[in-house]
Amino acid sequence: MRRETPQRLSDYGPLAFPAIMLTVFFVIPFGTMIAVSFFQRQQGGFYTPAFVFSNYERFLSLFFAHVLGFSLMLAVLVAVCCVAIGVPFTYLLTRMSRRAQIVWMVALLSVLSLSEVIIGFAWSTLLSRTAGITNLMVTLGLMDKAVALSPGFPAVLTAMVYQALPYTILVLYPALVRLDPTLTEAARTLGASPLKAFFTVVVPALRTTILATLIMVFIFALGSYLLPQILGRPQHWTLSVLITDQAIYQSNMPFAAAMAVFLVLVTLGMVALTLFAGRKREETA
Amino acid sequence: MRKLLTSSISRRAVLGGAAAAIGALSMPTILRAQDRSIKVGVYGGYFKDSFDKNIFPDFTAASGIAVESVAEPTGEAWLVQLEQAAKAGVAPADVSMMSQVAMLKGQSTDLWAPIDASKIRNYDGLLDQFVNKYPDGRVAGIGAVAWYITLVTNTDSYPEAPDSWAALWDPANADKLGLLALVSNSFLLEVTAKTFMGGTDALDTEEGINKAFEKLAEVKPNVRLWYRDEAQFEQALKSGEIPMGQYYHDVTGLAAADGHPVRSTFPKEGGIQDSGCWALSRASDKVEEAHVFIDYMSQPEIQATLSRKVGTAPTLKRDLLDLTPEEFASVSSDIEPILPRYDLYQTKSDWLNQKWTELIVG
Repeated sequence: MRRETPQRLSDYGPLAFPAIMLTVFFVIPFGTMIAVSFFQRQQGGFYTPAFVFSNYERFLSLFFAHVLGFSLMLAVLVAVCCVAIGVPFTYLLTRMSRRAQIVWMVALLSVLSLSEVIIGFAWSTLLSRTAGITNLMVTLGLMDKAVALSPGFPAVLTAMVYQALPYTILVLYPALVRLDPTLTEAARTLGASPLKAFFTVVVPALRTTILATLIMVFIFALGSYLLPQILGRPQHWTLSVLITDQAIYQSNMPFAAAMAVFLVLVTLGMVALTLFAGRKREETA
Repeated sequence: MRKLLTSSISRRAVLGGAAAAIGALSMPTILRAQDRSIKVGVYGGYFKDSFDKNIFPDFTAASGIAVESVAEPTGEAWLVQLEQAAKAGVAPADVSMMSQVAMLKGQSTDLWAPIDASKIRNYDGLLDQFVNKYPDGRVAGIGAVAWYITLVTNTDSYPEAPDSWAALWDPANADKLGLLALVSNSFLLEVTAKTFMGGTDALDTEEGINKAFEKLAEVKPNVRLWYRDEAQFEQALKSGEIPMGQYYHDVTGLAAADGHPVRSTFPKEGGIQDSGCWALSRASDKVEEAHVFIDYMSQPEIQATLSRKVGTAPTLKRDLLDLTPEEFASVSSDIEPILPRYDLYQTKSDWLNQKWTELIVG
C-alpha cells in the first residue's frame, strides 16, 4: 500500500475530527486556564477578570520550589523504576509462549481497570500494621512484630510504580516484540553471556523506545495526586495535591491555575531537555 | 425477534401498564401540589437521601407545597453556581443548605434574600449560632442542620476515654493521630485556642493566630495521617491502625453501634460544632414558600425527627425538644461547643491556608 501525499483540501478531511477534539478538549480548556491564572483573586469571594501577576508571585517562593522539586523527583524516580523493571520484564515476556503472553497481558490490563482510589486503599491495607504483609513476615518468623509501612515515601513510590507499570509494559511491548532475535543470537554466538547480550545489544537497540517510555511515565506520574495523599505524609504531597486544595477547597481558581500552568511549563521544559539530550547522544554515537 | 415481541407482553408489561395507569390517576393531586412548589438544595448523598425519605414528604403533606430537592455539591461550587445564576436572575434552587463560610461569602455580594424573622414561629427558640445575620442586622440564614467533630478513639487501644483535646498534644500519642488536612475543615486553630489560650477570641489578632500555629506545630510528631477523605480515617480508626483523632460524632456513633471498637468523646473544652444554614437566593420568587419551609424545618418536632433519623444536632434550645437524654447524647452534648471562627476563613483565608500548609508540609 502506497501512501500518497494529500493533494486537495478534502484530503485533509480525516484530520478534522482529531483537530476539533484537540481544540475543544485541550486548546480551549488550557487557554481558559492560562487566562484565569492572571485573574484577580477576591478573598472571601471569587475572582474578577484582570491581568495581574500576583498568582505567579505567590508561587515563586522557597516553599513551593521545594514542593515542585519533590514532585519532579518523585515522577523521575517512578519513571526510572518502571523502566528498570519494565524493560527486562517485557523482554522476558516476549520470549514466552503465546499462551503465557496472553495470560500476562490480561493480568496487566486488569490492573489498568483499577482506579487510583482502589489502588491507594489496597496498598494502605497491605502496608498497614494491623492487616498488612508484615503480619505474614511475623508468621513466617522473619520479623518480631508487625509494623506499619505506610504512610511513608517507600509506600508512595511502590503504589505509583504499581500503577504506572502496566502502561510502561504496554508501551514497551510492541518494540520488543519486533526486536530481531538474530541480534541477540549473533551476540551469543560471538561469546556474550545472556546478561551481557541484553545490556549491550537489546537495551541500546531500544534507546528511543526507552526514552519515550521514560517521558510518558514521568508525565503520567506527575499528575498523580491521590496516592501521595493516601500513602504519604504531608511532606510527600505533590504539587498536584496543593493545586487540588486551592481549586476545590479554597476556591482560589487563579492561584490553582497559575500553579498548573507552571507545572505544565516545567514538564514541557524537562521533556524538551530529555529529547534534546537524546538527540545529542544519537549524533555523537 | 418474533419470540422477543410475543414474550414481551408478559407479567412485566401488565405490571408496567398498571403502574402507568395508577400514575395517571394520581396526576391531579401532584398537579395541585405543584401549584405551590419550592426547589430546595441539599448536600447530595446521605443528606439528600435522608431528607427525601424522612422530611420532604411530610412537609408537602402539611403545607401543600411540593418540594423538588436538588443535590448540591459540597465545597463552594454550589455557591459559585447560585452566584452566577442570580446575576442572570435565575435560581437553580430557591432555598439551599449552605456552609457557614459560604454564607459569609454570599453575604459579601448580597446573594441571600433577607428572611423575615416574624414568620418563623420558633425564631426565639433557635440557638444564637444558628441565626446568620448580615452586618446590618438583616437575617441572612436560619440553621438547618448541625453536627459535631469530636475526639475519637479506638476502645481496644485506649480503654480509658480521653477527656480533653490536650490528649492530641500528649507525647505518649506519638504517630497515633488522624486529623483533618485543611485549616478550614479541621478547625484545629479554634481547638488550640480553646484548649490552651482561653478561648477562640485569642484568634482575633494576627499575633494570637501565630501563637496558636506555634502551639499547633507541637502536635505534628503525633500525627500519622492528615486526611481529606473520611473513609480513609474511619477505616484506620476501626482497625486500630490509627487509634485516635478527630472525626464526626454521628458517624462514629453509628460505627460503634455496628460493633466496631470506637468511641466519640466530647472533650471538656467542647466538641467542634459545624453547621449548615437555610438561605434564600435573592433571585428566587418563592419568598412566601421559602418562609413556610424554613418555619416548618425549625419546629421542635422536626428538629427532633432530624436528630433521630438523620443524626444531626438540633438547632433549637434543648428544653423545647422531646429528645430523651440518650437520644440527645447521640447527636449532641450539653458541654458548650467550640464554634469555628468562620469570619477568619473569609477575611484571612489565603494567609491562613498558606501558613497552615507550610506548617504541616514543611
